[in-house]
Amino acid sequence: MPVPALLEVEDLAKHFPLKRFGGAGGGVRAVDGVSLTIDAGETLGLIGESGCGKSTLGRCILRVIEPSRGAIRLAGVDLCALDRSGLRAMRKQVQMVFQDSAAALNPRMTVRRMVEEPLLLHEELGRAERRERAEAVLEHVGLGLELADRYPHELSGGQRQRANIARAIVTQPRLVVLDEPTSALDVSLRSRVILLLERLRAELDLAYLFISHDIATVKYLAGRIAVMYLGVIVEHGDAAQVIGDPRHPYTRALISAVPVPDPDRRRSRFVLRGEPPGASAVVQGCRLRGRCPLAAPICAQPVALREVAPRHFVACHFA
Amino acid sequence: MSLLEIEDLVIHFHTEDGTVQAVDGVSLNVEAGEIVGLVGESGSGKSVTGVAILGLIRPPGHVVRGAVRFEGHDILRMPEAEQRTYRGRRIALVPQSPRTSLNPVIPVGQQIARLIRLHERASRAAAARRAIALMEQVGIPDAGGKARQYPHQLSGGTCQRIMVAMALSSAPRLLIADEPTTGLDVSIAARILDLLRDVCVQTGSAIILITHDLGVVAETCDRVAVMHAGQLAEVAPVRSLFRHPAHPYTRALVAAIPRIDADVALTPIPGAVPPLLHPPPGCRYADRCDLVSARCRQSRPELLAIGPGHAAACFAVAHARASAA
Repeated sequence: MPVPALLEVEDLAKHFPLKRFGGAGGGVRAVDGVSLTIDAGETLGLIGESGCGKSTLGRCILRVIEPSRGAIRLAGVDLCALDRSGLRAMRKQVQMVFQDSAAALNPRMTVRRMVEEPLLLHEELGRAERRERAEAVLEHVGLGLELADRYPHELSGGQRQRANIARAIVTQPRLVVLDEPTSALDVSLRSRVILLLERLRAELDLAYLFISHDIATVKYLAGRIAVMYLGVIVEHGDAAQVIGDPRHPYTRALISAVPVPDPDRRRSRFVLRGEPPGASAVVQGCRLRGRCPLAAPICAQPVALREVAPRHFVACHFA
Repeated sequence: MSLLEIEDLVIHFHTEDGTVQAVDGVSLNVEAGEIVGLVGESGSGKSVTGVAILGLIRPPGHVVRGAVRFEGHDILRMPEAEQRTYRGRRIALVPQSPRTSLNPVIPVGQQIARLIRLHERASRAAAARRAIALMEQVGIPDAGGKARQYPHQLSGGTCQRIMVAMALSSAPRLLIADEPTTGLDVSIAARILDLLRDVCVQTGSAIILITHDLGVVAETCDRVAVMHAGQLAEVAPVRSLFRHPAHPYTRALVAAIPRIDADVALTPIPGAVPPLLHPPPGCRYADRCDLVSARCRQSRPELLAIGPGHAAACFAVAHARASAA
């Protein structure tokens, strides 16, 4: 019998009702039937542009947002069926790191207290043990102990993000949802945080859901990549395949728009028309068809993910 | 005469803790119609240099010495009233965060029209028509309809196009674009860069593109100036910079970017930008550099020509060239 994946998400959906003045409006289908799996110790990159639902999906997995439909299983346990105490126990296993490192930290707590807090919530440790665990984690993420008694405003952006990562891994989770953890960082800090995340994953056997619009960064961390557009996954597969041989027109457009530091390779772009419509204006059939240069009448038919190459899935009639 | 000549610019900020030496002896020329990238990490002085070109260094900032000559006139030494005939007219700014730069309670078309009436005598109706024409020029579909909308109703990409339209309203000769694509999605960012290049070709105006993203530079610029801790490290045509990066800082910067086009190891730049409150004498990159020698810590390397239009400020590079010759 095959070993089940660490995380299994099945047909997950999140609809936000929209109330308009003078009558009922439609709803925003932020996530609309997404299935994915992450194995223990694996990094899945989730890429897509603003408004595609990637952050909502990440938050649903932690049940910070309640999904409207679907199942989320962590090591076989259905997270959607958990009550409050079960949920608390689960959050020891699944943690999250946010993009805005300053907003995610409590301005009135020292780094040490913030890193100890999850231990207070999730484990029964003596004060000395707690202190020891927190200091070990701070060292692990490369924050010197001289910074442990500082407040967030006394830290640089890179140090703050390290504190966030330390807080997320102190409970020894199995899965960490990383929501754009490097997007607000400068070039040199970004490369350091990427290397740190990769080292921690290998050393602590973590699995990551790495959510980002920065495809070049995702490439460095993710073994597999899923591409999301307007609430659905349009392509997923091994990172090298998705980046080297993108089959969905949306993926092709995204990848060809990434600036490349080589002036001899200014490439012809694969350009889509216009900008993504709001998620409330979901069309029948392929959601990209209003913007896609390949669009044909068949695109009005619903299109499911199908395997176009081993382990490479694409939802496009022309792939 | 170049369109813009920056000569030995030195800018200090006086703070309670002491004097921050933000820009230290920057010299750079910009020709009409070219796009020059100004690159570096946070704290490299690239934005302060941009602000100085607009003549907008205000206390606690202070121009210690140097000149910023635009079409031969020194912006820094002219009275405020005369500066205003350049700023926003001949030299315009495209800021980093379009949403916070736009007025949230005025429709965007009206904001452009107001600016037009500030620069020239035009009736309200004529200015409104010009505003819509400008919005069309920067590639906003349904410009007439969008002109009546407020910033919060528009996407980030459209807001940035509005900022470009505002910058173009006075037919400037020089645009200063400060991180114009930071915070935008990749596909939207690519189109804003395409737009800037088109503007350059269509209007013949020059652009100084301030960014920390070398990918953006490679895709957009004709020439590049690399700044580190307030000093120029290297100036080069874009191809020579990427083919033969000379300064150790430029090499480190290139090695620190995640690349989608190649499988190369990611190497962070060692150390951090030195504090500009008490910067080390000599080369400010010395403490981070693997080619450092005693001389680097004592005296400051000058920019030295190493190829056509290519110059680097590094003793190690100069030494290597001297031994090769």
